[in-house]
Amino acid sequence: MNQRLTSAHQSISFSRRMLLIGGAQVAVGGLLVSRLGWLSVAENDRYKLASENNRVQLIVVPPRRGWIVDRTGKPIAINRSDFRIDIIPEQLEQPETTLRTLAEVLELTTDDVDRILRELKASKGFKPVQVAENVPYEKYAAVTVRLPEMPGVQAMRGFSRFYPDGPAVGHLIGYVGAASAEEYEKENNPLLITPGFKIGKEGLEETLEQRLRGQPGGQRVELTARGKLVRELTPKPDRSGNTVQLAIDSDLQEFAARRLGEESGSCVIIDCLTGDILAMVSMPAYDPNSFSDGIGRTEWSSLSEDPRKPLLNKVLNSLYPPGSTIKPMGALALLEHGVNPADRIHCPGGYRLGNRFFRCLGRHGSVDMRRAIAKSCNTYFYAMGHRVGYDNIAPMAKRLGLGAEFNLPVVSQSYGTVPNSEWKLRKFNEKKGFVERPDWTASDTLNASIGQGFLIVNPLQLAIMAARIASGRNVQPKLIGVHKEPAPLLGIPPEHLEMVRGGMWQVVNGDGTAGASRLPLEGIEMSGKTGTAQVRRITGGQRGQSGDWRYRDHGLFVFFAPSSNPRYAGAVVIEHGMGGSRAAAPVAKDVLTFLFDRQKALQSLGALEQQWGGTLAERTARRAAAIKAASAARA
Amino acid sequence: MISSAIIPQPLARLPWRLIFMVIGIGLIGLLTLYSSAGGSMRPWALKQAIVFAGFFTVALSMSWIKESTIKAVSFPVYGAVLIMLILVEMLGFVGKGAQRWLDVGPIRLQPSEFMKPVIVLVLARFYDLLPPGAIRSWRAIWPAATLLGLPFFLILIQPDMGTALMVIFIGITVIFVAGVPIWLFIGGAAVIAAAMPLAYAMMHDYQRRRVLIFLDPEADPLGAGYHITQSKIAIGSGGIFGKGYLQGSQSHLDYLPEGHTDFVFATMVEEWGLFGGVLLILAFAAVIRWGMQVSIRARTRFAQLAAAGLSATIFFYVAINLMMVMGLAPVVGVPLPLVSFGGSAVMTVMLSLGLLMALERQQRTGNSLS
Repeated sequence: MNQRLTSAHQSISFSRRMLLIGGAQVAVGGLLVSRLGWLSVAENDRYKLASENNRVQLIVVPPRRGWIVDRTGKPIAINRSDFRIDIIPEQLEQPETTLRTLAEVLELTTDDVDRILRELKASKGFKPVQVAENVPYEKYAAVTVRLPEMPGVQAMRGFSRFYPDGPAVGHLIGYVGAASAEEYEKENNPLLITPGFKIGKEGLEETLEQRLRGQPGGQRVELTARGKLVRELTPKPDRSGNTVQLAIDSDLQEFAARRLGEESGSCVIIDCLTGDILAMVSMPAYDPNSFSDGIGRTEWSSLSEDPRKPLLNKVLNSLYPPGSTIKPMGALALLEHGVNPADRIHCPGGYRLGNRFFRCLGRHGSVDMRRAIAKSCNTYFYAMGHRVGYDNIAPMAKRLGLGAEFNLPVVSQSYGTVPNSEWKLRKFNEKKGFVERPDWTASDTLNASIGQGFLIVNPLQLAIMAARIASGRNVQPKLIGVHKEPAPLLGIPPEHLEMVRGGMWQVVNGDGTAGASRLPLEGIEMSGKTGTAQVRRITGGQRGQSGDWRYRDHGLFVFFAPSSNPRYAGAVVIEHGMGGSRAAAPVAKDVLTFLFDRQKALQSLGALEQQWGGTLAERTARRAAAIKAASAARA
Repeated sequence: MISSAIIPQPLARLPWRLIFMVIGIGLIGLLTLYSSAGGSMRPWALKQAIVFAGFFTVALSMSWIKESTIKAVSFPVYGAVLIMLILVEMLGFVGKGAQRWLDVGPIRLQPSEFMKPVIVLVLARFYDLLPPGAIRSWRAIWPAATLLGLPFFLILIQPDMGTALMVIFIGITVIFVAGVPIWLFIGGAAVIAAAMPLAYAMMHDYQRRRVLIFLDPEADPLGAGYHITQSKIAIGSGGIFGKGYLQGSQSHLDYLPEGHTDFVFATMVEEWGLFGGVLLILAFAAVIRWGMQVSIRARTRFAQLAAAGLSATIFFYVAINLMMVMGLAPVVGVPLPLVSFGGSAVMTVMLSLGLLMALERQQRTGNSLS
């Protein structure tokens, strides 16, 4: 009885507890379904995004850099396809064996391997680490065949910058290189640290960076969790940088660079109507191609220790006393201040000021203005300068572009000094010992009148001066684009200009100082003015015409052509060339000849280059080989 | 169930509703395995199909086993499985490593899997033998606790926390429905809550990590929390109707780890969405409900308790796996039965279903022993 009762009781308890279990199971089931609903409906957007982020990765593709072309469309800076090897850190499975294989195949130095290891440690995810760029095809192929055993290694085509004219455009164009840490911090753009991406480092490459760069694209790829590429999705296209056309005539630029030869100097040619800079050469120059690949220590020191300063853009950043080249400018100032060009000055070989005797280059006898320019008679300009006063001459110097900083896309310009009394007083107060006394003296005027003393200018300013005299127009130098519109007139009376141009015509075509540099062309004449700038004070009889190269005088020449209807103007400066007529004018003659008759110009250049030991390209290659040998010997 | 003149009697007697349901779940599993192999029968779907068919045949044939036979073998089988568990432990000790299986010829036996249905049978048999009046006494508790505690301990030190927990849950369910006083369970729960920190201190490092990650999976989404995070992404990104069959990026691109075993539900829901997930849950619910019905309709105490315990086995499998996959429970390595790739879970569940079908057949044939 008791047993049965308990049994019945047990059966009731069982049913009750089964109900409880069933209820609990239903509750758990409800929990599961609502959790499922929560995840897939309420949180759907969030997880959808997470799943897409998993699936799709963006590999940044650096944009192709815009070309730089000359005024005729001829390329000056282009992109050459090359081969590169990168590592995607996330996909790298066996870092040690992979690196060992790569180092062997690509002949990496220990420095390279250290750098790669460092970058691998610092990076993560899909930002590639560069192993090598500019890989020759054979090595690239050798890596490619080993790719299956080296997951994470990426062999691909890239682009490197190429400058067909090499050193001829070095200072003008600059070069490109990987962004430095500071540059990255400044811009904070991840593109800058993408392997293979280069930014402009000097010259136009630097100043035109934003126009040349373009928009990075991205290769959108679907990747597995292990980083294996499943397929490439529609890529976000990159936009190449814009092509920039320069005012430069690259053939002329190259010719001028070659013609300067082994000299340390510069040459600027300007369209004297529009201001387009057709050539702007500073030699010797570095080869921007070797800079773009990263320059070796040996090459760097050989460049920076060279006394002829291949790293300096002498057109913009070297300042010289202009010497006699400013005499036409001085003549214009004299005319403006009422000096009659027919007035004669007797030149006994110098000019006495108090108890000092200021020397002339010769005894010119009685000279008028025209003859003073032709013969470069110092005495005339001493006397006339003294009569008018330098504060009346300086405004004309400035008006013709001396001392000016031009609106140009260049990294830096040294714009020199056009002195006057106010300037001298300011300098006296600012810098003790720079000038001896605060007041402008007559001897200051005399020195400045022949382009010595405080007056210092850069070669571009000299070229602009020549261009403004040649055209009478307010020519502004232009590097970018081709311009057709002539600059507005300066407002200098045409008869003044005619007077001065006549003197300059005589310098070359009369019995002037540059008679040896007449253009070898039918019906086209060049006008110009020579100049010789002292490097140091004349001591005793030595006038910087011989002796140690470093102390020889600079040779300068400003010019325009054709004389009858000026179109081209320019300036040539040969450092330590001993004289304008001797060193600079012949260069100007050949460069201008090239503008009118290429055949003839190239012939005479060929003869010269034979003396110098080959063309510019040949000499550059030889120098590069020597540097390589020296660097190998040092390593 | 289905009765017709044309269909032979033995066939008509089979529980067809259950069979359809089980085959349905199995087919969902095969489709998902086919997809997670990137649209291929190999390496998983084909193998799974064979295993499934094999064990299902075994289960169907088990339905002819008499209840008296089951009762008679309960204790001997329990003893045998317990010995196997000890053997595994010794092998692991000799081999200096965790081991969960015995190699018997070509077959790899995992005794802890057998223990799941066997613990149900032995406890049901124990309470069946226990006089009803003794249910509130100490006698009703300590033998059951021993029968349950021994295998639990042996499996826990393998270490296989998932299986050990399942064994204990299943055992407790049987003890609960057998009618042991309810305060014991409430008290037990309180003791366990109090003992949690102690258990935590005794855990292996990887187990501890799992618990911590369960509590905060986002803290280390790329490290140890990766499983749960990726599983939730897979499920959540599916939406209501899923990304479409063979279109699941999480599983196909290997972001979802174990997408064919423990996390197969995430693979399935990514492609079939909430709709598919609910469908599968309902199918399991129907199977479990069928088992519970068998228990409620049972005419013997053994059948009652055994059926309840076997249904609970399936329930715990499904519930623990789904909670784990959806981030409601720590990752303990419990597969989704009949869907996840792998033979042992299929075997356990099919054995349970076979026993349930046997018990159900006894009810219908009216072959009562009481």
